[in-house]
Amino acid sequence: MHLAYPAVLAALLFCVGVYGVLARRNAILVLMSVELMLNAVNLNLVAFDVWLRDTLHAGQALTLFTIAVAAAEIGIGLAIVLMVHRNRGTADVDRLRDTAERPGSPDDGPDDGGAPGTPTDETPHGEKAEATA
Amino acid sequence: MILAAQAAAETPGFLSPSGVEIVFLLVGLVTLGAAVVTVTTRQLVHAALWLVVALGGLAVEYLLLTAEFIAWVQVLIYVGSVVVLLLFGLMLTKAPIGRSPDADSGNRPVALGVALAAAAALVWVVVDAFRTTWIDLDGAVQGSTEVTGATLFKHWVLPFEALSVLLLAALVGAIVLSRKKEQER
Repeated sequence: MHLAYPAVLAALLFCVGVYGVLARRNAILVLMSVELMLNAVNLNLVAFDVWLRDTLHAGQALTLFTIAVAAAEIGIGLAIVLMVHRNRGTADVDRLRDTAERPGSPDDGPDDGGAPGTPTDETPHGEKAEATA
Repeated sequence: MILAAQAAAETPGFLSPSGVEIVFLLVGLVTLGAAVVTVTTRQLVHAALWLVVALGGLAVEYLLLTAEFIAWVQVLIYVGSVVVLLLFGLMLTKAPIGRSPDADSGNRPVALGVALAAAAALVWVVVDAFRTTWIDLDGAVQGSTEVTGATLFKHWVLPFEALSVLLLAALVGAIVLSRKKEQER
């Protein structure tokens, strides 16, 4: 088999994942796109391991480690998304902009939250809850 | 130079693909299509279900690359547990069942441009680099359970144990993060 087939498939899958991470709004859909990117890397590792016929099988061992790390990542990520959803009532990544820098007010911390949403009264509560959790 | 010329003369061309290559190409098209539907559909649950198709297709690709153990681990971990976790996450965040119009954010054209540029650059570089490289799939199976287990527990024991500690830390962290606070009980 040509090495170009799995390499091109992995590159295309990675770019589909990049599009998903950048374009999706729901945090869980962003996590799905991250899984697609990790799988593209795994396909590359397996293909190059089979091509090089490594005696240590470093590619396949690293693929197993990547799968385990991805499982841990999805668990922690979903726990964080669920906690954010419980505290804020939303899981949309572009509505969680408490730490964003407003272009108008360079160093005004508290009074820039009045722009789009209503989290001015629940932001301290949310921060305190996250600190104690 | 001479080696490269010999390799170019020995490797078969792209116009006469073998059976494995045809199967790989077809499964790859299905996988890529499922991945595209996953990142573009407006129904959140359908995205998770199309992700199952994409990950299962990747498991078939691993089987075609003679990496059996990785393929079954992929089916067990990804299709079995990660997608179930994602579906539970969608359920617990009260995801809408039908079509949700705000699944995509406003920077969709920018994302499309970045993805297309990255795809063009990566495919060009990869095809240019590995045009004449040939994977020899005949001979001993590279990734059977016996081979993978022997190498994993002969050469990779310390990373394996470190990984178990990492999984334990992730488990404890997930429990701590998802635990309800004291005053809410």
